Amino acid sequence: MDELDRVIINRLQGGFPLCTRPFAAAAAELGTDEATLMARIEALLGDGTLTRFGPLFDAERLGGAFTLCALRVPEADFERVAAQVNAHPEVAHNYERAHEFNMWFVLGTRAPADIARVIAAIEAETGLAVFEFPREAEYFIELRLAA
Amino acid sequence: MSAALQDLDARIVRATQGGLPRVPEPYAALAATLGVSEAQLLERFAAMLADRRVRRIGVVPNHYALGYTANGMSVWDVNDAQVDALGRQVGALAFVSHCYRRPRRPPDWPYNLFAMVHARSRDEVEARLGEIRALLGAALRAHDVLYSTRILKKTGLRLS
Repeated sequence: MDELDRVIINRLQGGFPLCTRPFAAAAAELGTDEATLMARIEALLGDGTLTRFGPLFDAERLGGAFTLCALRVPEADFERVAAQVNAHPEVAHNYERAHEFNMWFVLGTRAPADIARVIAAIEAETGLAVFEFPREAEYFIELRLAA
Repeated sequence: MSAALQDLDARIVRATQGGLPRVPEPYAALAATLGVSEAQLLERFAAMLADRRVRRIGVVPNHYALGYTANGMSVWDVNDAQVDALGRQVGALAFVSHCYRRPRRPPDWPYNLFAMVHARSRDEVEARLGEIRALLGAALRAHDVLYSTRILKKTGLRLS
């Protein structure tokens, strides 16, 4: 990664222009040219430095219901419970965490009522209480990782 | 918003979940596949940016490729009267990606503020937690940090 790659990563995490030739416009801002910028983005996507290029959507504002859930899973049951939880297509991510609450997953459904249905199913299947942590307020989410 | 615009927005979301076309005129190319004009597509993106259905348009770096390998979910028990004002300050810190107020679950879970901290090492995460602790000051009663040890599933949210 050279200086231009760093500039692209640090300054193009937002604000990609809405115009006919956006790569040309962004390139002018960054001190390069359209072809170079396009080639750099392609290369950074190719080597995995970037995961995506394009609009970043707010899933909740697009509609649907989301919530964060946690389980306290006995160590001996962990793999079984992970499989039971992951089998639900509404489970978008699931992480093991080093804590008494050792399994954390996000549920995403089209309708709010489906959240309760999936939680009830997971409780019945696993025999564990699901702790639900819906977001009550969001404080400015804007991760800008520095390269 | 009219049903026709809602439908167009949903089609735009589906068409760009994987990203924008990487051609010199990406919006024109996308508009052509959707059967609308470039001007109309640009107007819809502007509208979705304005109401925050689109957070931003640009490059999305891979945390791990940039060396941000230590990620801690920090959780804080903050005085209810101050949590919103302090939460906004925590959320504005550059190393905090997601910051939410969530309900306590007494007696099992006393924490009402969640802040995801990204850093290049656990030592750096711990140093960042110290900054948050100092910011919360006397409003803070208890806190903890939960490091992820394994990704069990990551399919992402399915959008419209």
